[in-house]
Amino acid sequence: MGARAEPKRQQVRLRGRSYVAFVFCPVVPIVGWLEEIDATLARSPGFFVGKPVVLDLSAVDLSQSAIAHLVASLENRNIRVLGIEGVEAALVTTSMPPLLTGGRHCVVQQSKPEKPEAKPKPTSLLLENPVRSGQSVIFTEGDVTVLGSVSSGAEIVAGGSIHIYGTLRGRAMAGVNGNPAARIYCQKIEAELLAIDGYYQTAEQIDVTLRNRPAQAWLEGDIMKITPLN
Amino acid sequence: MAKVLVVTSGKGGVGKTTSTAALGAALAQSGEKVVVVDFDVGLRNLDLVMGAERRVVFDLINVVQGVAKLSQALIRDKRLENLWLLPASQTRDKDALTDEGVGSIIAELRTKFDWIICDSPAGIERGATLAMRYADEAVIVTNPEVSSVRDSDRIIGMLDSKTVKAEKGEQVKKHVLITRYDTARAARGEMLTIEDILEILATPLLGIIPESQDVLRASNVGSPVTLNNAASAPARAYTDAARRLMGETVAMLVPTARKGLMDRLLGRRAA
Repeated sequence: MGARAEPKRQQVRLRGRSYVAFVFCPVVPIVGWLEEIDATLARSPGFFVGKPVVLDLSAVDLSQSAIAHLVASLENRNIRVLGIEGVEAALVTTSMPPLLTGGRHCVVQQSKPEKPEAKPKPTSLLLENPVRSGQSVIFTEGDVTVLGSVSSGAEIVAGGSIHIYGTLRGRAMAGVNGNPAARIYCQKIEAELLAIDGYYQTAEQIDVTLRNRPAQAWLEGDIMKITPLN
Repeated sequence: MAKVLVVTSGKGGVGKTTSTAALGAALAQSGEKVVVVDFDVGLRNLDLVMGAERRVVFDLINVVQGVAKLSQALIRDKRLENLWLLPASQTRDKDALTDEGVGSIIAELRTKFDWIICDSPAGIERGATLAMRYADEAVIVTNPEVSSVRDSDRIIGMLDSKTVKAEKGEQVKKHVLITRYDTARAARGEMLTIEDILEILATPLLGIIPESQDVLRASNVGSPVTLNNAASAPARAYTDAARRLMGETVAMLVPTARKGLMDRLLGRRAA
């Protein structure tokens, strides 16, 4: 079995692709123009490093040696010329960058350092765990929602309303920034203290018939109302 | 994998030390290599409950300060060969404990034992926070009283924020152990119910230990209750709790009062 592997012929694939390049348009006197380039480089050295540059010589009339000299002087400044355009084909020797034609204008997009957009601060706070005795949750920017219970000896302070989907055994202070429209809602009320916009009631003042039931508290004028929630 | 278990409560006198000794002995009885560490520096008790008070030479503080080696301070139990005690110092106070010192001791104990049970002092200060600092799991000892439950709640909050695990974004596995459950008072509705406690603490239940003279008797003779009288109700409850700690599923029994003769004779009052 002497099956020889036929050497596979690699197909050469040719594809066209266009790129964006800087185009230099030298003007006479060339020496003055080069000084201009030097000044740019002094301000931001490395600006052209690694960037493709094309020389457009349509505005000047240069001899072959002058072109070669110009390309060399640019290379001395670490600027690599990718191609030349705007000259007769006869003037470009093989040692020079190739002649390019058919260039089109395009807008070079300045890559601005992206400014992190100032995110609007969240106006609500969600707590998924019970708030334990001794813990104090202070959120003056807005509403506070607690999925668990608020233990005796814990406190919630909110700029907006307070929503508790468990038992409220601790303290709840809503509308602390002077928001009389804030309310306190809870699934079961056994609160030590309720306060809205500075008006408060302690456990003693809360009607016993409300205890252990879903309730809400709100302000009517300067009177705190607590009513069952259903 | 060694497990560091802290027995804590916040409130004093609820049965942390008794529970540490009982759970430690029960785990050791089932073949685990256990060390019980007394963190109550200045008010040590675990050595008494373990019956090792006359064998203490070096203690936790000596090891923290590098005066003694860990192997010199460890006391082997006389009844169970895979149960050890690391006693606290009685002459110092809790400020002698340092975070780094405790950390290095726990790390060393982890290489030698299956279970490191830390008996926390009461309170929420340095001793208690350092006892829980390196814990993987926690037993929160709670009596069916409002004050004890609220303190336990506070401690649970600290377990969720002040431990190394919490700071790494992980969770200390927490268990509630209800102790001193008085069956007679429970029957009369004079205590917080189990449901109330669990609702407030929102933490799984490890066991219910009935109030019993056996506990007092055992600590008087310097023996963990699970060793002193293994058939007693508290001993069985602790043994079940220890099995649950090891991952077994054991049915939870709520202790009920056994009715005496007089109760049976005069159980029902005529209307």
